[in-house]
Amino acid sequence: MRWWNGLCVLAMLAPAAAAEPLRPYVVEGDAIARSLTGRPGDADNGRRLVMDRHRSLCVLCHAAPLPDPHLQGTLAPTLAGAGSRLSEGQIRLRVVDMKRLLPDSIMPAYYRTDGLARVAASFRDRPILTAEEIEDVVAFLVTLKE
Amino acid sequence: MTGRAPRLLVGLLAACLAGSSAPAGDMVDKRSGADFMSPENRAMQADDMSNPGMFAVLDGEQLWNRPEGANGRSCAGCHGEAATSMRGVAARYPAFDERSERPIDLAGRIGECRRTRQEASPLLHESPELVALTAYVAHQSRGMPISPPQDERLAPFRDNGRRLYERRIGQLDLSCASCHDARWGERLGGSIMPQGHPTAYPLYRLEWQAVGSLQRRLRNCMIGVRAEAFAFGAPELVELELYLMERAAGLPLETPGVRP
Ligand code: HEC
Ligand code: HEC
Ligand code: HEC
Repeated sequence: MRWWNGLCVLAMLAPAAAAEPLRPYVVEGDAIARSLTGRPGDADNGRRLVMDRHRSLCVLCHAAPLPDPHLQGTLAPTLAGAGSRLSEGQIRLRVVDMKRLLPDSIMPAYYRTDGLARVAASFRDRPILTAEEIEDVVAFLVTLKE
Repeated sequence: MTGRAPRLLVGLLAACLAGSSAPAGDMVDKRSGADFMSPENRAMQADDMSNPGMFAVLDGEQLWNRPEGANGRSCAGCHGEAATSMRGVAARYPAFDERSERPIDLAGRIGECRRTRQEASPLLHESPELVALTAYVAHQSRGMPISPPQDERLAPFRDNGRRLYERRIGQLDLSCASCHDARWGERLGGSIMPQGHPTAYPLYRLEWQAVGSLQRRLRNCMIGVRAEAFAFGAPELVELELYLMERAAGLPLETPGVRP
């Protein structure tokens, strides 16, 4: 599977996150304790999202306990055991905006629209994932215990 | 693709010759994208009978010899045997263009000859004709080390290319350097990350099912990070190429390459 150019086409077709204003959140220490939506996410949908190489892109960089390990990237630590190493709130901040913790990180901020350059028109002013999708991803990662 | 040591020497030599400000020195273990390919794809590139890029080279040869335009001259009519007159040319492009006072890439130079010397209708960016002519001309330098010209007038443009290379762009907020300098050899999904050297263009890409230019490749990388890609022919793409060629100095040209 050739993700890199497939992405060019598929990413355009993928339903982009609605251009609604970002919901406010509070960072305490290295975590966002409260759900962005006020509700818990759906771990099954989170699993589907994390696997989706065109939409969430997680497995382009991360290995994870999911199918097709040979198509998973080696640019980032494995997500296996993330739920043991990190609290739910710590995971949330890392997905929302890793660069608050590590400014030089290559991990995209999934819930942020400012500070970016030359964003393609179809992705402009939209976060990579919606608040609901972030919560689904967080709910799934919490289940990844070693 | 086995002789890493000699290639390294050539690279270091080129870096020394290129002078102190050469960014080429940053990268010690320089490796062509071909080194990261499967044995099947490497074999496909190595054998002219199975390399699909050779079709473009052969098309280019025909175009080279065909009279065109108001003055009815062919490329050959002015330049003669490409094997002689075009040998080494691709290894030193982009070069400074006196007329526009900017760097011009090989396809741009060919387009200029077509327009001003043949007085023929312009060839569109990425048209099969322009890609074929570029592949034919670049093929005459196959095996020769990339040797950027020592032309001070190019320096500010190359610096701008480097800035573009290091700048994070797109919704994914990644720079070329994030992937190609720091993480080559790693896997991005199922693809091995190459160092991003422009050694083999125009080349046949299995993904495209076609022969395409370096600019097409660069635009793909930009679209991949969800950035607004520079248009074909944009000065920024030539500046990026200028920097990439400096960075790749010493690596042998492979045109026409094959890539996954
Ligand atoms: C372009 C690469 C890239 C993508 C895409 C990416 N990450 Fe990351 N991620 C990283 C890197 C690299 C790190 C390690 C921290 C660092 O060095 O920046 C990391 C760290 C993390 C961590 C912390 C892991 C730990 O054990 O401390 C979590 C959780 C995480 N990523 C989740 C995700 C999820 C979920 C997605 C998709 C929605 C994702 N990442 C997409 C590169 C990426
Ligand atoms: C997220 C990672 C990533 C970013 C950012 C990126 N590239 Fe690439 N690039 C790749 C991958 C992966 C390939 C190999 C394509 C494949 O095999 O699918 C590639 C291929 C290339 C090649 C072709 C190498 C060859 O052997 O033919 C060049 C040149 C290149 N990139 C330059 C750039 C430039 C210039 C930029 C910035 C404008 C850039 N790339 C940004 C991942 C990236
Ligand atoms: C009427 C004469 C004429 C024709 C026809 C012509 N050229 Fe040229 N070409 C020149 C001259 C003169 C130069 C060098 C002067 C300059 O740089 O403008 C040149 C320069 C070039 C260069 C750059 C060489 C270098 O060393 O930098 C390339 C490549 C080239 N031509 C390719 C072509 C191709 C391909 C065609 C056909 C599409 C073509 N030319 C048609 C006269 C011609």
